[in-house]
Amino acid sequence: MADYVKMWKELGMDLEAHDNLCQVLPTAVGDVFLTQENRPKAMDFWDLVISEVHGIRPAELIEEQKKGRKVFGTFCVFVPDEIIIALNGIVTGLCGGSQFWVPGGEAVLPKNTCPLIKASVGARLGKTCPFFRIADVYVGETTCDGKKKAYEILGEDVPMIIMDVPQMKRPKDIKKWKDEIADFAAKVEDITGNKLTVEKLKEAIDIINNKRKAMKRVYDARKSLNLPISGRDTLLMTQISFFDDPVRCAEMCNKLADELEERIKNGVSVVKEDTKRILVTGTPLAVPNWKLHNIIETSGAAVVCEEMCTGTRYFENLVDNSGNTLDELFMALSERYMKNNCACFTPNPGRIEDIIRLAKEYKADGVIDCSLKFCGLYDIEKKHVSEALKKEGIPVLSLETDYEDSDSGQLRTRIEAFVEMMKG
Amino acid sequence: MNKKYSAGIDIGSTCAKTIVLDKDGKVVYKDLRPTGYSSVDTAESIRHTIEEAFGKDSFHTVATGYGRISVPFADNKVTEISCHAKGAVRLFDKNDINVIDIGGQDTKLIVIENGVVSEFLMNDKCSAGTGRFLEVMANTLSVSPEELCAMAEKGNETRISSLCTVFAESEVINLIGKGTPREDIAYAVIDSIVEKVKTQSGKLRMNNGPLCLTGGLCDYGYVVKMLSKAFNKDVMTKPDARYAGAMGAALYAASQM
Repeated sequence: MADYVKMWKELGMDLEAHDNLCQVLPTAVGDVFLTQENRPKAMDFWDLVISEVHGIRPAELIEEQKKGRKVFGTFCVFVPDEIIIALNGIVTGLCGGSQFWVPGGEAVLPKNTCPLIKASVGARLGKTCPFFRIADVYVGETTCDGKKKAYEILGEDVPMIIMDVPQMKRPKDIKKWKDEIADFAAKVEDITGNKLTVEKLKEAIDIINNKRKAMKRVYDARKSLNLPISGRDTLLMTQISFFDDPVRCAEMCNKLADELEERIKNGVSVVKEDTKRILVTGTPLAVPNWKLHNIIETSGAAVVCEEMCTGTRYFENLVDNSGNTLDELFMALSERYMKNNCACFTPNPGRIEDIIRLAKEYKADGVIDCSLKFCGLYDIEKKHVSEALKKEGIPVLSLETDYEDSDSGQLRTRIEAFVEMMKG
Repeated sequence: MNKKYSAGIDIGSTCAKTIVLDKDGKVVYKDLRPTGYSSVDTAESIRHTIEEAFGKDSFHTVATGYGRISVPFADNKVTEISCHAKGAVRLFDKNDINVIDIGGQDTKLIVIENGVVSEFLMNDKCSAGTGRFLEVMANTLSVSPEELCAMAEKGNETRISSLCTVFAESEVINLIGKGTPREDIAYAVIDSIVEKVKTQSGKLRMNNGPLCLTGGLCDYGYVVKMLSKAFNKDVMTKPDARYAGAMGAALYAASQM
């Protein structure tokens, strides 16, 4: 492992606390990933990245910053990466997927806030996440009340841009999101000192569309009854894609997709033939949150698709880049992003249609609808999700969990029972 | 395989239940003992007992319950959901039934159609509405759970609003402080368990078959009566219903032989 201590020190990180975090990660990676058999060779890339997740990419970001580029830390798939890329900025995901950061968040947030928010705030305030130290500016959005208010607390510590995501999907809401994107572009112009042009935006749209297409190729391979990759490995790929350079991300995903397509041709599968296929839906699984996938895939089932922000919602739907003015391109961006069926919208029938469509496309035997504790939006939506799936004759299991390991026994019992039920 | 018997061992959070079936599926042994501190030791002592009675290596064993991983000698493990379902189908001799299992640590609702699970639900981490809740409350009132049920029958309608065992306990202490009769508090405790089960059941589609109670509370006639009232339907149970999980496990063992 390369020596990143100097870099972390210069970033003003709490090295002692960060060491504790670094000590637990290799065990988790070993338990969750390296115990799997017959993994695709192309996963080497993501194994390397995750083994030095706080080293490799942060070092690259710092190098780019030295050249004058600005780094934008984002929390949500609603933030239009295209704008940032077109203005020669860099987009990075932020930390928020480990119990390690939760107590730090609870120091300033109510206990009954979702663990993703608590962990993000804890990671920033505890100075144990290099991405949170590196970013020049943070882009938040109004996808839930918890985040909205947490951004006010984060804003005391870091510069924030908040994008106001509409809560409905009427034509005027799509227009409103277009205006938000235009305002955002102006702010990013200010921060980067660059001027947005039609050509640059079209180029950026292509870059991100290519990343989406590459990720989709990997996901499409999971539709095969001959499952060429585990849910855990795909999840890792998706999680890392939030942090990586989009061009390299597309290249790596395409390389992985090549191998998976070859595996399908040759009948190479990572699971036994009678393994039950699960579609997982619900709240995002931020790195290193692998708990649910790990339990499912060690209970006689395999995850074949994630209908979540760390899943299909990240790459489905491309942006139409045929527009000839910035205004037209902003509208095209808005139309694409507003197709995201986040539970923040009311009503939200699109998500249920997506779940049913994806369950069929990916030939899922059952659906696990799992939300993070205290995420009211997804928790309340479970009722309609479960009713709609039962009507379709698709078995569904609704779960709620957080980042702690203490409920893994209970989760395992429910998931094993669900698998037994599907086996009949 | 030449094993003569099939054994089902259900290691619950409070009690460990064992059922042994012979080749004809007849119950030849049943056993109930506290799980105690170590489920591994308990499982070992069960093994010792049944081996003494029936001979070594004469069993095909399936373990179930939250302690199913603590039975290293089991040939297989099956979750308590599937086992309770299979056991209840045999015990109540019906293929379409709805099972309420109130265990020490969790409450399960299982809908069974054509003899197999079609839907199930378990309470979350919290112990509200479980056997543990009843035990804690009985303790607070300095009575046994049986005595609490007997007292509740004579109590007047009283409510505990909190669903959390810890908070409910402080509510009970408040009621004691106010001089509320023990009978009324006992009523409130049982009422709270029944209400919790009833509320949970709204999340799944029960079928028209009978509603059966399994688990440790099946001996408490008053609980059965209040559940019947809440569901507006006669709740069936029988003394052996607490062996439903072990019975199911033994049947799984038999089917795997």
